[in-house]
Amino acid sequence: MTVTAAPADATSASTPAPAPPARLRVAWLVAGLVAVVVVAVAGLVVGPVALSPVAVLRELVGLPTRLTTQQVDIVEQIRLPRVILGLAVGGTLSLCGASYQGVFRNPLADPYLLGAAAGAGLGVTLVIVGSSTGAATPTAVPIAAFIGALVAVALAYALGSSAGGRASTASLILAGVAVASFLTALQTYVQQRNQDTIREVYSWILGRLSSASWHDVGVLLIYAAPAWVVLLAHRRVLDVLALGDDEATTLGLHARRSRLVVIVAASLGTAAAVSVSGLIAFVGIIVPHTVRLIAGRSHRVVLPLSLLFGAAFLALTDLLARTLSSPAEVPIGVVTSFLGAPFFILVLRSTRRSVEP
Amino acid sequence: MIKCAGVTVTLGDRNVLDGVDLHVGRGEWVTIVGANGAGKTTLLRYIAGLVASPGELHLDGRPAPSYSRRDRARLVAFVPQAPVIPDGMRVLDYVLLGRTPHIAALAVESRRDVAAVHEVLDRLDLVAFAERVVTTLSGGERQRVLIARALAQGSPIVLLDEPTTALDVGHQQQVLELVDRLRRDHQLTVVTTMHDLTLAGQYAERLVLLDRGEIAVEGPAGDVLTEANLARYYDARVRIINDGGRPIVVPLREPGS
Repeated sequence: MTVTAAPADATSASTPAPAPPARLRVAWLVAGLVAVVVVAVAGLVVGPVALSPVAVLRELVGLPTRLTTQQVDIVEQIRLPRVILGLAVGGTLSLCGASYQGVFRNPLADPYLLGAAAGAGLGVTLVIVGSSTGAATPTAVPIAAFIGALVAVALAYALGSSAGGRASTASLILAGVAVASFLTALQTYVQQRNQDTIREVYSWILGRLSSASWHDVGVLLIYAAPAWVVLLAHRRVLDVLALGDDEATTLGLHARRSRLVVIVAASLGTAAAVSVSGLIAFVGIIVPHTVRLIAGRSHRVVLPLSLLFGAAFLALTDLLARTLSSPAEVPIGVVTSFLGAPFFILVLRSTRRSVEP
Repeated sequence: MIKCAGVTVTLGDRNVLDGVDLHVGRGEWVTIVGANGAGKTTLLRYIAGLVASPGELHLDGRPAPSYSRRDRARLVAFVPQAPVIPDGMRVLDYVLLGRTPHIAALAVESRRDVAAVHEVLDRLDLVAFAERVVTTLSGGERQRVLIARALAQGSPIVLLDEPTTALDVGHQQQVLELVDRLRRDHQLTVVTTMHDLTLAGQYAERLVLLDRGEIAVEGPAGDVLTEANLARYYDARVRIINDGGRPIVVPLREPGS
């Protein structure tokens, strides 16, 4: 990830001009876009068949190149959908994680907080076990994951809001924990009863982008793109919600409705990501927190940068996952944690020293 | 400006407020006093629209439910006793949140909102603090920032829940003087709750003493803060020293202890 630019507000303390409010600085936006493009190009040219970046870029914009038909197919049918899927899944999970952390005012919230992962896992297990051949059709698995994730979140939300009277964040989180644990137990039970399919279920749970196709990209974007728009539009609302429901209400916000809209959008985005990529942990927590530590805590900064850097981060880890022990692939969930955790600790240590008085 | 009648709030099986009628005139400062659990904060939260009640509430001559959330927020600002202050938020950004009722639903602030915030910071001598993180400020500075947010909201009614509880005596005076100055300059209607009865009597034009959810006594400080009233409603042994019409409340120890 290219996060080398210095914090932009380091010089403004000495200037007499009135301070500007927290907003996304152009330098950060550019850095995020550059990271996305660099990682995307790397993802297209690196692999068993090495290609020239110039030739690939010319091919993509429709200029004549010396690439063979086979090389063009590698770019357009194998690497490009995989790169785009990695970018979209990473951006979606980071953005949804950042939104969940904001709306629940809980730094440990991740996109799977309300049981999306457990619901998707159960859905996929049921489909795989239920298919007569033991190998579910490639189209059924994403649909099952999507529906499972949404049902779990809806269940958690309904339970949480009925238990707390008002949908207090604490009762929602607890309901999410209960639903997730119940569905996981159910999924484990079904899986144990059908041991012949464990391998297939497990490989889905570990997360993968290896079978990426243009169809997957389409499925994801139909749901994820509207979720991005809704979440990014709520960036200032999330800053107001950070004051708690009472104060947000006295500031004229319909706190409960705003929270519901954010939860629905983030859950839809998460379900779409899970349906095409399986369970990729960690991205939804590590990327937003890194952005917070480096670029600022306002959701007006955190949400757009989480989308961009989350996209670049996952596409990069996917690139490493398929090249480190090529021709074999390391599960991407392993790489995200292996790479992300030390990096995050590093960021945490270096910013603690400079930020805290 | 504020007129409520028959306010009854039930939490669990207890009537926290029981048939409270309260009138507060435009530009008036009314302070609600009473023992712990008497319903002071609940009454304030009711006026702020945070608790429901079958009673009637009129704000600025119109029934409160007839206002949209946004319009009501432009009319009433509320500073809670223990506000949630997000980690790492700077004073400027925190005060800017007060402009929320003036910003369209999913929009961001305009130049005018930012200018309004700078003006408020200037008024409250907070310009030097604009880039400081709110959670790193001292109690007195923080209370000023909270008042700044309420002022940025531009609401003619300001509700302050225990604005001085966490402050030393000097900062208590500074904060209350500030509120009084702003009230005069902007014709604000101020309702506060307060535990320090002497201070309450010095600043408010009228005191309302709540006892178990009902208004027990109401009127000028001299009428409300009597030794008999405080013995009856606070179960307190005090001596009242009259300081030119403003009562000073001195707690007394049991004789012989």
